[in-house]
Amino acid sequence: MNREQLVEELKQQIIEQLNLQVQPADIVASDPLFNEGLGLDSIDALELIVLMQQKYRIKLANAEDGPKIFQSVDTMADFILANQTPQAG
Amino acid sequence: MSKELSGNYWINKAAKIGSNRAFRNQQIFLEKPELTTDEFLVALYREIGMEYPKWFKMDRLSKLGMLAAELALGMPGGNLADPFGSAVVLANRHSSLDTDRKFVEQLKEIPSPAVFVYTLPNIVTGEISIRHGFKGEQAFFIDDLCPVEFMVNYVQTLFDEGNTHTCLFGWVDILGEQYNATLYSVSGVQEDSVHSIPFTSKNVYQYFDHEQGAVS
Repeated sequence: MNREQLVEELKQQIIEQLNLQVQPADIVASDPLFNEGLGLDSIDALELIVLMQQKYRIKLANAEDGPKIFQSVDTMADFILANQTPQAG
Repeated sequence: MSKELSGNYWINKAAKIGSNRAFRNQQIFLEKPELTTDEFLVALYREIGMEYPKWFKMDRLSKLGMLAAELALGMPGGNLADPFGSAVVLANRHSSLDTDRKFVEQLKEIPSPAVFVYTLPNIVTGEISIRHGFKGEQAFFIDDLCPVEFMVNYVQTLFDEGNTHTCLFGWVDILGEQYNATLYSVSGVQEDSVHSIPFTSKNVYQYFDHEQGAVS
């Protein structure tokens, strides 16, 4: 999966996991997810951590990195690509 | 011992949701027998025109309570005149069991924090209060059957203490496909000379028990 596909998949995953009433096309990958962006809250942040663990098998080693990783769909995609373990073929 | 009320307080509006039918006061608002419970709740949300995206993130108990509150109170109209004098007093039979079961099921893998936060029945009182700007008394009781006498006495006591001037009270219960929400908006002001009825146990019982949500 290339980065562009991952970004689109993430948009869909976020919508489903957080029960958002928007379409993938409504989410700008570089826009902030919290506050002025999609308006996510602290429970949503926990849901994104669960999503990262369940779907992409990545555990956040340091909770303080959360705000940087979950700043936008773009930053989430970058983090996944940098930390995902290659699937056994 | 129950108090016989003097009629100083009035049930001004009421709402009833159950068996895929919703009533506002005594009028049918929506009826969709062909839908599942979840589908009906979404259909009712659309019919009311709530436009409150957070509703979709709530558990089913809160969704049901929010819809009944919207029918009984109308859409929030900006700043509430007396937020600290506005109370929410609710009761049900199955507590948050509907959501508790979902959470226990999820424990097999990684449970959802968004589900966990709804594993208490009184969250629905908070959700209604946030939406409608209520900052007064909040209470949630659990009993096998709707404890009408007890709740009417409780609300009357709140009024008598002098700090509460309006109250949304009633029953909000859901487990699987069985659900029932019956809410009443009560205050010391008779808002409608035709439809407002005295706040008495008898009138509360009648609306609660009547299949059509009618009060004679």
